[in-house]
Amino acid sequence: MPIEPARCQAIFDQVLRAGRAFGAGDAEAIISAGSSALTRFANNAIHQNVAERSWQLSVRVQMDGRTARATTNRLDDAAIRQVVEEAVALTKLQEPDPALLPLWEDRPAGVSYLRWHEATARVTPTERAQAVAEAIRIVEGAGQTAAGIYSTAEAVFALLNSRGVFAYYPETMANFSITAMAADSSGWAKGSACSHRDLDPAAMARAATGKAQASRDPVELPPGAYTVILEPAAVLDLVGQMFADFSATAISDGRSFLRDRIGAKLFGGNITIHDDAYHPLQAGAPFDGEGVPRRKLALVDRGVVREVAYCRQAAQAAGVEATGHGFPLPNEYGEAPMNIAVAGGETPLEAMIASTARGILVTRLWYIREVDPYEKIMTGMTRDGTFLIEDGRIARGVRNFRFNQALPEMLSNVEAMSPAVRASGEEAFDMVAPAMKVRDFHFTEVTKF
Amino acid sequence: MKQLALEALDAVTHSAATYADTRVMEIRDRQVSTKNGKASHVSSGVSMGLAIRVLAHGCWGFAATDDLTRDGVQAAAALALEIARAGTLAKKQDVTLAPEEKYEAEWVSPIRIDPFTIPVDRNVALLLDIDRELRRNPGVTLAEGGMSFERRRQVFASSLGSLIDQTRYTSGVGYAATAYKDGEIQKRSYPNSFGGQHQLKGYELIDEWELMGNAARIAEEAVALHGADQCPEGEFDLILDSSQLGLQIHESVGHPIELDRVLGSEANYAGMSFLTLDRLRRLRYGSEIVNVVCDARPEHGPGLGTFAFDDEGVPAQSTDIIRDGLFTGYMTSRETAAAIGESRSNGTMRADGWARMPLIRMTNVSLRPGQASLDEVFGGVDHAIYMETNRSWSIDDKRYNFQFGCEIGWEIRHGKRVRMLKNPSYSGISTEFWNACAAIAEPPHWMLWGTPNCGKGQPEQIMGTGHGASPARFRRIKVGGAYAD
Repeated sequence: MPIEPARCQAIFDQVLRAGRAFGAGDAEAIISAGSSALTRFANNAIHQNVAERSWQLSVRVQMDGRTARATTNRLDDAAIRQVVEEAVALTKLQEPDPALLPLWEDRPAGVSYLRWHEATARVTPTERAQAVAEAIRIVEGAGQTAAGIYSTAEAVFALLNSRGVFAYYPETMANFSITAMAADSSGWAKGSACSHRDLDPAAMARAATGKAQASRDPVELPPGAYTVILEPAAVLDLVGQMFADFSATAISDGRSFLRDRIGAKLFGGNITIHDDAYHPLQAGAPFDGEGVPRRKLALVDRGVVREVAYCRQAAQAAGVEATGHGFPLPNEYGEAPMNIAVAGGETPLEAMIASTARGILVTRLWYIREVDPYEKIMTGMTRDGTFLIEDGRIARGVRNFRFNQALPEMLSNVEAMSPAVRASGEEAFDMVAPAMKVRDFHFTEVTKF
Repeated sequence: MKQLALEALDAVTHSAATYADTRVMEIRDRQVSTKNGKASHVSSGVSMGLAIRVLAHGCWGFAATDDLTRDGVQAAAALALEIARAGTLAKKQDVTLAPEEKYEAEWVSPIRIDPFTIPVDRNVALLLDIDRELRRNPGVTLAEGGMSFERRRQVFASSLGSLIDQTRYTSGVGYAATAYKDGEIQKRSYPNSFGGQHQLKGYELIDEWELMGNAARIAEEAVALHGADQCPEGEFDLILDSSQLGLQIHESVGHPIELDRVLGSEANYAGMSFLTLDRLRRLRYGSEIVNVVCDARPEHGPGLGTFAFDDEGVPAQSTDIIRDGLFTGYMTSRETAAAIGESRSNGTMRADGWARMPLIRMTNVSLRPGQASLDEVFGGVDHAIYMETNRSWSIDDKRYNFQFGCEIGWEIRHGKRVRMLKNPSYSGISTEFWNACAAIAEPPHWMLWGTPNCGKGQPEQIMGTGHGASPARFRRIKVGGAYAD
């Protein structure tokens, strides 16, 4: 464990003593500690191979309706005293905020070690390199070129405050991602899990290689509205862009597409989405940036926007209970759900393909950005495995498309979903999501490969 | 810090290492932001750590730690060597480095006002004054402002015998007015979007931008956009302001010229590049008036990519990237320069902190100013669309197809603004776009913009880059596709 609960408590006791010496009775500390290592490969060889270890102490004090935060990564006595002194000095320079609430007082549930795996924390550089070497052998054996990463990490996130809150969350995490490249095509696969034993790098290498092989010699198709089948990573990449808007503060600020739309049926009746930090395929701390336990939220219920996240301050203003999704104070964004679980269906990916007369199969998406904040139009590119489906079969690879697609429209056009899995991509947080078959998806341009 | 760097170097150079370097870094930062009449975020931070990069058995090993005790340094050194040894399990050839000289130097970026001498309540007070001015317009539903300051000292030591002590100060400031009305969100930002302007300067940056003087205009434009016409769809002559053109350079020139991308290092994440090696000194990248440099030297200006030495101990340099429209150069490292037979790195390796390995990163990739007056840029054609301030940006993983959205547009007839346009966007293919460049404004209109949030690498690193540009006009560009049915 990078840092034990007792050590966190000892550091916080020092913070409290220093705080009192500087006249601040109310104090909160966020202690994060961890180490991570990443073995990166390209051109069928390991080329960047790194490890890092870091601790951080972030102190917030609260005095007469004022608050501010100071952070350090030095944990000797003098540094702890200094960071508290800095937090107090910054706090005293603020104007009082009548909306600032007292520190959170309810203790969260006890420490869970369910997402902590000793073996994952102890994976060695040699073990990662062996797995990478095997993946490279698979790709190279198909006459292709491999690039990717294998990372393992351990981390502790602890939050303590002077009102008695002691929240402590340990987690391990492993990621494997691989791109297989042929002469004019590529394929990709990625997985993440709290235990590295739940990952199968060789299987991902075979999947990536198969996609690169199947998408060779791609043809250019005209842009237009197509039936698409988005694999779970592509669903994550795109749908994951909308959850920062499921925030009471964002709605109040007028920067969310859900302003004036709570209770409205924005999506198809087959769309149900929860935020659930306790989902067996999810990861992340079960408490928020003030120590409030996370509550499971029904964000979308059969197409209707039902619940959004509330930090304590937004909850107070609205007269409701905080949901446990607040960011550490002080901040301008309030809160956001970050443990998304999209309910899946019962149609396997293969059956979706078999039921499609003409459509496009998308492995992953790339460089997704918001075009319109209220219509929630997103743009981006397909990447690393885009295929034409004809008569229920994958016919061949196609050149990559640019899309401009409104998310409410897309989620109203979902014709079928696979069972949900833990999906991992590069454009949004990992989440639990199914593959989706979507009609009239808007591809607006085609690139040159 | 020097002693620590040398101790760390000593810990690995008595081993199988054929080369090693260490970086000891201390970072101090301050973040201040306001929102609708209140300070929304006030914080400061200090971070110190050490990185050891070692070349042993022909492979790189890298370990970083914030445990700066003797035991901590020894453990990091041993881990870096263990990692390098593990790399031999999947090695194709030994890493070789282009030669470099030994340097001993100290350098501090020039500032007039140390931002950390300015009390934080003065930061907040200025932002709240701006906030009040923005919200004097009743149509503004959200006013946001922010400042950020950083001092970063780094001591670099290498087994070549280099010992380089650099301190860089960066500052940033910006604000935005958002207007929500009837199911539509419009926003204007100043001096730029996504945090404003960022440069290698002290607090003097804050005083240079007439922040209060522009607040009423920004608020008015955010509100007026609700009543503006939708940007039309079609092919138009397009004029871009210098900040949007800066981001266009970043995405469609800066990233494709990273030689590590070209050689495949980023294939799994950031992607590769259309600028394959056979295109060097052959590809007509832009029209003949297009000249782009990659320049980290202080004489280029106070950019986020300005320094004295990169994180491999290579001196700051200026490299021609596009000369009279011809593609002439990449950004390189010691390893990639050697890989393509160059005699020396052009000094673009940077890490975003002590915990990460240096990568090829844009320094200041800038479009040289042209010879056109602003009147010629705007009035050189009968009809054009002018776009200002980035709202969204996206480009494919080989950097061909891009699409940008801007906060505000204007229809231009005979050099005059005739109507405001909302939701403007444009798209194209990088080389086709730069070959359509018809006029570039002269030096007085050139500005070195800072992009503070460039992501690259695994684990991802966030870097600040600089991009100089003046307003420019492009022929027959596809406009409005983002909203096409």
